[in-house]
Amino acid sequence: MPKIKIDGTEIEVENGLTLLQACELAGAEVPRFCYHERLSIAGNCRMCLVEVKGGPPKPQASCAMSVNDLRPGPNGEPPEVFTKTAMVKKAREGVMEFLLINHPLDCPICDQGGECDLQDQAMAYGIDKNRFHENKRAVENKYLGPLVKTSMNRCIQCTRCVRFTTEVAGIEEMGATGRGEDMEITTYLNKAISSELQGNIIDLCPVGALTSLPYEFKARPWELRKTETIDVMDAVGSNIRVDARGREVMRILPRTHEDVNEEWISDKTRFVWDGLKAQRLDRPYVREFGKLRPASWAEVFQRIAQRMNGVNPERIGIILGDLVSAEEAFSLRQMADQFGIKNIDCRQDGTPLGERGGRAGYLFNSGIAGIDEADRILLIGANPRLEAPVLNARIRRRVARGGCPVSLIGEKADLTYGYDWLGAGPETLSKFLGSEVKAGGKPMVIVGQGAIARRDGAQVLAAAYRAADKLGAITDGWNGFNVLHTAAGRVGALDVCALPSKDGGKTTRGMLESAKQGELDILFLIGADEIDTQALGSTFVVYVGTHGDAGAHRADVILPGAAYVEKQATYVNTEGRPQLTGRASFPPGEAREDWAIYRALSEALGLALPWNNLDELRAAMYKIAPQLMRIDQRTPAPTSELADLGRTEGAMSGEAFRSPITDFYITNPIARASRIMAECSALKNVRKLEAAE
Amino acid sequence: MLADKDRIFTNIYGFHDWGLEGAKKRGCWSGTKGFIDNGRDWMINEIKASGLRGRGGAGFPTGLKWSFMPKVIGERPHYLVVNADESEPGTCKDREILRHEPHLLVEGSLLAGAAMGCHTAVIYVRGEFIREREHLQAAVEQAYEARLIGKNNVHGWDYDIIVHHGAGAYICGEETAMLESIEGKKGQPRMKPPFPANVGLYGAPTTVNNVESIAVAGTIMRRGATWFNSIGRPNNAGTKLFCISGHVNKPCVVEEELGIPFRELIEKHAGGVRGGFDNLLAVIPGGSSVRMVPADLIIDTPMDFDSLSKLRSGLGTAAVIVMDKSTDLIKAIARLAYFYKHESCGQCTPCREGTGWMWRVMTRMAEGRAEKREIDMLLDVTRQIEGHTICALGDAAAWPIQGLIAHFRHVIEERIDQYAANPDPDGAVAKIAAE
Repeated sequence: MPKIKIDGTEIEVENGLTLLQACELAGAEVPRFCYHERLSIAGNCRMCLVEVKGGPPKPQASCAMSVNDLRPGPNGEPPEVFTKTAMVKKAREGVMEFLLINHPLDCPICDQGGECDLQDQAMAYGIDKNRFHENKRAVENKYLGPLVKTSMNRCIQCTRCVRFTTEVAGIEEMGATGRGEDMEITTYLNKAISSELQGNIIDLCPVGALTSLPYEFKARPWELRKTETIDVMDAVGSNIRVDARGREVMRILPRTHEDVNEEWISDKTRFVWDGLKAQRLDRPYVREFGKLRPASWAEVFQRIAQRMNGVNPERIGIILGDLVSAEEAFSLRQMADQFGIKNIDCRQDGTPLGERGGRAGYLFNSGIAGIDEADRILLIGANPRLEAPVLNARIRRRVARGGCPVSLIGEKADLTYGYDWLGAGPETLSKFLGSEVKAGGKPMVIVGQGAIARRDGAQVLAAAYRAADKLGAITDGWNGFNVLHTAAGRVGALDVCALPSKDGGKTTRGMLESAKQGELDILFLIGADEIDTQALGSTFVVYVGTHGDAGAHRADVILPGAAYVEKQATYVNTEGRPQLTGRASFPPGEAREDWAIYRALSEALGLALPWNNLDELRAAMYKIAPQLMRIDQRTPAPTSELADLGRTEGAMSGEAFRSPITDFYITNPIARASRIMAECSALKNVRKLEAAE
Repeated sequence: MLADKDRIFTNIYGFHDWGLEGAKKRGCWSGTKGFIDNGRDWMINEIKASGLRGRGGAGFPTGLKWSFMPKVIGERPHYLVVNADESEPGTCKDREILRHEPHLLVEGSLLAGAAMGCHTAVIYVRGEFIREREHLQAAVEQAYEARLIGKNNVHGWDYDIIVHHGAGAYICGEETAMLESIEGKKGQPRMKPPFPANVGLYGAPTTVNNVESIAVAGTIMRRGATWFNSIGRPNNAGTKLFCISGHVNKPCVVEEELGIPFRELIEKHAGGVRGGFDNLLAVIPGGSSVRMVPADLIIDTPMDFDSLSKLRSGLGTAAVIVMDKSTDLIKAIARLAYFYKHESCGQCTPCREGTGWMWRVMTRMAEGRAEKREIDMLLDVTRQIEGHTICALGDAAAWPIQGLIAHFRHVIEERIDQYAANPDPDGAVAKIAAE
């Protein structure tokens, strides 16, 4: 490991580190604009210049020079770097002056104000006088779509956005046209960016050239209360920060979590916040004479109790939706047990997950970070670009590094990286099982919900397991059998066993069929909106949820709950990592946190759940699912039971796999209530039509 | 003065056949196989011993540059890239080679390629060079046909030459920007290190050489390193094509020995300065990117790398731009500032923002519409650009202005006074420049 002296402090650093990173390790602050550790090095802003002893008599860009590029002195003394000399100071002042001469300095009306790198660094490294008396450059604003607002006068051409979209998001739609001071950042033909990760360029932009269009002129950063929490738009469990002013959520930003989302989030995660304010259920409702009427909590509980009185528990069902937290699932499980309800199912899409194979049978076993190690990836019925865009970016990075071929069985789609399309459905999967495959290394099989959310799901899951086994994906040190979930609450609910009881409990599909035939009297829909709510016959429907979506429209009683930014709850992501959400805001009106609703409901039904607060609830939950106690730690599932997964009998149908997500932007009640998401979705559909022409 | 027998480019004026037959008559392609058979080390040592310094402007020893290429060909092939993107204002030597001596270039690139273990050379021709590219392409095709290059050629060294036509951007003459351009990307210089000899074209070891450096290689090997080294002055050996332009009676491109005094060069070949040497005001001795030198300093200076850098100027590409006393120096440099502003690639901050700033201030100064303190401000801006950029274009943009201020500050001040005394919306220059 090379030794290096930085401002007189000698440190030993890893090979291949840049001078900038080494300076940071030594505690020397180096300003930068273009450099970003997750993007390629451009070295074009020239802000990070440092003085290097023994090098040429000019300042060096520390972001682009490796510690290994420096040579030791004549007697073997370590190379020296200075970050505080007069030369460095002059260089920084010079670069800052150049950056500012054509910058509009419109900070008072700029959304980046208060969190602007240029502003901060101009204060720290700039000079306070102006020598530029010419006219400033004017640049036309560009259209980047409904999410990213541009103000190109402010652009300092750092090209972070270009590098992000090209390298991470995998779309070659942004670039620079023109030369010299006429260089402009733009999209190809001024079209909207098609990536699901485009919002990240707002964070990356060190100035106010790219800002959030929905958040335009809404708030100033110093007015916002920042809450660290977890996203529920997909099952990745991206770490986010929710910024709220008063009770109102103003925006959502990513937090860094190396093993989950690094520092990216999808556009749905970032821009769904306006959906938290629209279509909210803010008080309980009951249906009377076919119409919903506001009611009090006491009245709705009484109504439910009346209706449940004397009904055979076998004619009662509970279906859990996608956004249900582990605590809620556990409460419902407990309630079902107490009242003898066998029909409870957390898989509203009808997958067979959790029935066989233990915990390893429904987890993304290798972990999301495991993708970095994989050397072969087989996607079965998954479209990770739509189902988990951030995770897809990780696959893309792995593929770009080389030595990791990807094959796909399922719908053909643009995944932003090249893959080998084997075929469309089960037939190909069977063929794959019959073919010669080279086993070994660290292969990975990713099973999408599209492959298993069907009647022959169990058989497909079994075949997928056999494929993983055949590839040698399940060994002592490596479990490459991965289920890619799309629902944030699913793994948590499976962990607390919110499944039909083994002695004759009905699955979602069974309950829906019974309801249609009038064999189900009462159905609890817990935020379950993605089922066919119109085909429930005369069943008495109790809906617990946050938005006036499909489920609420069909409901006979509505209990208003809290959305994910309004409660403290545990969500377990697709790799089995439990994470806690924080409360950024409060549920609107009379809406309550969901666990409390179930506690009150159970009491009204005459058999109260045995806890009085969240801590007691969690203590009970940790008894049956101790892995949930280890917040932010992934507890690997034992592979011993996994083989059972492959023992499912029966044949697969010939139907091709189809991704459960047809429209990325509107997959859950919150997103469906969001105007921004609707706009994105409409744009996407127009593009689809154009492409079809 | 260079004797005719010592000329390398014997057809630089195009009086004879530029094709293969003509070139062979002039000695080109003779003994080439022998040099290749002597091996890589012999060829590199021969060039090293000849003292050839790169003819593209920086004057880096060519033999040394060749020796930086990996000795063993690894996983990736080696490439030779010949820089024929001659766009420096004032420079017009490579175009004569392309036009009239293309076979010297083709032969030279084969030898250079063989010396560095390359099987492929890319010759990057400036976008505006249409006829030149046609001649070069024809010469390459002739060489293929005569099996002088190509697969299984008579020299026993498989060699392909690709003529790549640029699109007319000055910055693509910068070696790494050229590599980007060849790869099909936007012509923007790369960060160094890594240097092209390690990571170059398509990530493979690459050497980029100027046309003239490559074109002389064949003759150096034929006539021997000692011969070449005996011409010129110590550390500045050999012959060089000078491009004399500006206020001389007969502008020309001429091959001369390095170190020929300026006065002799102009008198012998360019017919003297317009109006005699007393009428000489200043000279830009090495293409637009070097600092200008006033008449009294340059008049007896040997034209070579070291003597000119002592004058804080440089030999550059040996494009001698002569300016007599009728020249409006400020306006001339303002025009150069416009050139650099126009040709800056826009990648890095100091050059992108600074070149435009300098041009604007220079334009005002040319009219006198400035203040005297702005001269120091301008000088400070040039220093903020110089040495702070990825490539040398920033330096090249700064030096002409630094040269002007260093030697002709009084002219700028006079112009400012003149304008201040009689502010004229058209600027003070309108009357002066009505030449």
